Amino acid sequence: MKLPVYIGLLDEAEATLASSFRVVADGHGDEPDVHFILQTFAKKCDAHREALKPVIDRYGEDIEGEEEHRLTANGVKEVRSGPLALMLDLQDLYVLVNHIDVTWMMVGQAAKGDRDKELQGVVEQCEGDSEVEIRWLQTRMKQAAPQALLVAE
Amino acid sequence: MTDRIADIWGERTPHGSGQAWPERVDQVLAEGLTDGDVDRWVQSACVLCSNGCGCDIAVKDGKMVGIRGRAQDRVNRGRLGPKGLYGSWQGEQHRDRLTRPLIRVDGELVETDWDTAMGRIVERSKELLASKGPLSHGFYTSGQLFLEEYYALGMLGKAGIGTPHMDGNTRLCTATAAAALKESFGADGQPGSYTDVDECSAIFLYGHNMAETQTVLWARVLDRLDGPNPPKLVCVDPRDTEVARRADVHLPVHPGTNLALMNGLVRELFANGWIDEDYIAEHTANVEQLRSVVEPWTPEKVAETCGVQAADVRRAAEIFGTEDRVLSTVLQGFYQSAHATASACQVNNLHLLRGMLGRPGCGLLQMNGQPTAQNNRECGADGDLPGFRNWENPQHVQDLARLWNVDPGIIPHWAPPTHALQIFRYVEQGSIELLWISATNPAVSMPQLERIRHILDKDSLFLVVQDIYLTETAQYADVVLPCAAWGEKTGTFTNVDRTVHLSEKAVDPPGEARSDLDVFLDYARRMGFTDKDGQPLLDWSGPEDGFEAWKECSRGRPCDYTGLSYDKLRGGSGIQWPCTDGRPGGTERLYTDGEFPTAPEYCESFGHDLLTGATTGETRYKATVQPGKAWLKAIDYTPPHEEPDAEYPLRYTTGRTAYHFHTRTKTGRSRRLNAAAPDPWIEMSVEDAARAGCQEGDIARVTSRRGSLEVPVRVGDIRPGTVFAPFHYGYWDTSDGGAAAGSGTGDPAVVLKSDGGPHRAANELTVTEWDPVSKQPLFKNAAVRVEKLRSGDGPSKAPDTTASRRATGAQ
Repeated sequence: MKLPVYIGLLDEAEATLASSFRVVADGHGDEPDVHFILQTFAKKCDAHREALKPVIDRYGEDIEGEEEHRLTANGVKEVRSGPLALMLDLQDLYVLVNHIDVTWMMVGQAAKGDRDKELQGVVEQCEGDSEVEIRWLQTRMKQAAPQALLVAE
Repeated sequence: MTDRIADIWGERTPHGSGQAWPERVDQVLAEGLTDGDVDRWVQSACVLCSNGCGCDIAVKDGKMVGIRGRAQDRVNRGRLGPKGLYGSWQGEQHRDRLTRPLIRVDGELVETDWDTAMGRIVERSKELLASKGPLSHGFYTSGQLFLEEYYALGMLGKAGIGTPHMDGNTRLCTATAAAALKESFGADGQPGSYTDVDECSAIFLYGHNMAETQTVLWARVLDRLDGPNPPKLVCVDPRDTEVARRADVHLPVHPGTNLALMNGLVRELFANGWIDEDYIAEHTANVEQLRSVVEPWTPEKVAETCGVQAADVRRAAEIFGTEDRVLSTVLQGFYQSAHATASACQVNNLHLLRGMLGRPGCGLLQMNGQPTAQNNRECGADGDLPGFRNWENPQHVQDLARLWNVDPGIIPHWAPPTHALQIFRYVEQGSIELLWISATNPAVSMPQLERIRHILDKDSLFLVVQDIYLTETAQYADVVLPCAAWGEKTGTFTNVDRTVHLSEKAVDPPGEARSDLDVFLDYARRMGFTDKDGQPLLDWSGPEDGFEAWKECSRGRPCDYTGLSYDKLRGGSGIQWPCTDGRPGGTERLYTDGEFPTAPEYCESFGHDLLTGATTGETRYKATVQPGKAWLKAIDYTPPHEEPDAEYPLRYTTGRTAYHFHTRTKTGRSRRLNAAAPDPWIEMSVEDAARAGCQEGDIARVTSRRGSLEVPVRVGDIRPGTVFAPFHYGYWDTSDGGAAAGSGTGDPAVVLKSDGGPHRAANELTVTEWDPVSKQPLFKNAAVRVEKLRSGDGPSKAPDTTASRRATGAQ
């Protein structure tokens, strides 16, 4: 049974994403929309971890050999500077959110296979958030790209 | 006519439900003149608030000498408000009027001729287009120009230059109205009509101090309230406004908590079965999601969050749920606050749940703050595509390209239009190097003014300002273009209930001033903007050509003007769009059949996530839409981002007074209006003033994380915990930066750079943050502290006739 490995990965990835959201939010305080919305997203990650807790209590987090299973990078530790900084930082978040999105999908599949109602409920409650986060990141990067790539210096 | 400074709303002419609003003609002529002295009357409509009152301008010896309401006009039936009566022509005849173009030479603005001024602009513009491309250009316009001017600006920006960086100050006043209408109904356009005031059995005003912002519309409400079978009145406002005083239920919510209240009101409709199941099934989508979002918001939870009584929440919901003809109006208390679009959408939802749209008295007015804001939105000067077209719909872009005979690639449609605060951010970062500001004054009206002044002052920026006076903003310009004002040029404009008026030129502009339209046409000509066949892009010879061109652009769209013409608008009353060959008299109400413009090929927007502003996108929209049905959209409430704390314990909100419009460019130059409200103030409750050791008239310092004000205290009936400042006041008429809160005539450029610093404009304190969907700034959510600076030498000069009057029972 390897589901606990993935639940552990998910929990860790949510923690990494939350701190990455906060790093980018703090580092781009001059972009108020980015600043506030990423804080909102970070709180959602916290809520996801909270929702996962009872499941983790039940399955345990299999951290055995975690390093070799780990898929993600360490997340965003500091923001960049310069005219491309915002776009590149958002793009990093985009990779992290997509990673989480597909991880939830796979955990959701296992929950269905296992007829685990509690975990299915958690997945249902959380997986929509990454979809909105992806759309928001796309919306914001779409807006930023022409200016950053064509005229910013 | 009574003195309308003291008697703002004038004599009552009561009317009962379903009766026509009686005529009452208001008129002011210059001192010493009588009707017999007037050479001629010229048809127009008033531009000193968003109401759109039909009027005639009196002309004698080539000068404007008076104003009179048009009795036959559907909007006002002859009435005018204090601003129109005392500030319309009077505010334009001040000696400060700009009469010649100015250019900056060795750091100073000096007079020049048009050829030199326009030559400078065109030279810089061409240079930047060659070296950096179209994204180096930004345009920031107004809610106070005419339709033809916006359309010209929209065309030159979108098909001449090709920049997405276009917006108007409508972003600060009415963006949420447009956003909420698009999210709920698929396209902009007010469902309701002012005549719904005459027909309704209940009126809800959400964050809308109508008594001061649209005084003539409020007179219409007062006439219902004082007539037989008056409507019930519900007011959501933290201040004890005139509206609140007349209300059956007043909900003085904490600023920033509107959404909690709205979710609670919607919940009560569900909980009590006050909903129209058939209408919901046939004409709406998403009801189950709405039901689940509002479920936690019991009246008790609303009471706790918003600081109101649970019984009042129940009572308000009961009125909405049980009256058979409800009219709702919404304005800045919702639009400039947290969760603006989501809160405004909940008002739409209340009407959808009860099927209260498209019938007499069942109206919805997502109000505008300015007289011509609607046209800015229609014509695309605010970044949207003209004719309520959808930038995400390739067919709509093709339609425009065909109409203009240009390559569709030049029309910026690859990303959302750049909103005002983002335009300023790009200037701050140096990537927009030419900013052209027309008929607006961001140095006073934008949030966080210290930052805005730095941006306007940037060396990398080439700033063009066109206006009628040398505003605080114009002080920073590289080129200042003197423009014609209302009554000095011809054009049309449209108010919130879709009434289109023609405003004819009555007199010549002063000196060398030109109409804004002439300026835009001249720029397009000098830049050599052409269509695909090499013909001039803008070949109009005047405003009527522009109107005819616009009619074609609007054809088949929700705002269809094709049945209108200048001739048809002359005489009689204004006419409501859509007006077509099939509907030659215009259209009183939209959505009479419950059919909404949400079909993917027709809608103006595919919508957004209300929490984040993420776009829905074409694929997702097409997969989920039920064409013709309205969307019931909702999100849960979360607290605003800046809430009171130990350091800044009070909530700060800004707003308007009846006697001034915007940054007082005109009204501050009207002797009567200026005397009625000459100086800024800060409004505090009795408790908060006592805690700060302040008495009426004492000078206080109000500090937020962004800056501070030093203004007299008005101890009033505002709810405890919240303080209010009028946003109108800037620095053009002070000599001391406002530190002593006195009026005078000084040199604002000096004032702004003085050591004392500017402490008079309410927006020194406001925060740079905006609603995620409408991008409207949050002027009504900040935390401040107040401390006494020194004793005053008498009461503050805040008006005693309005919401700012002294506290009940105060000395």
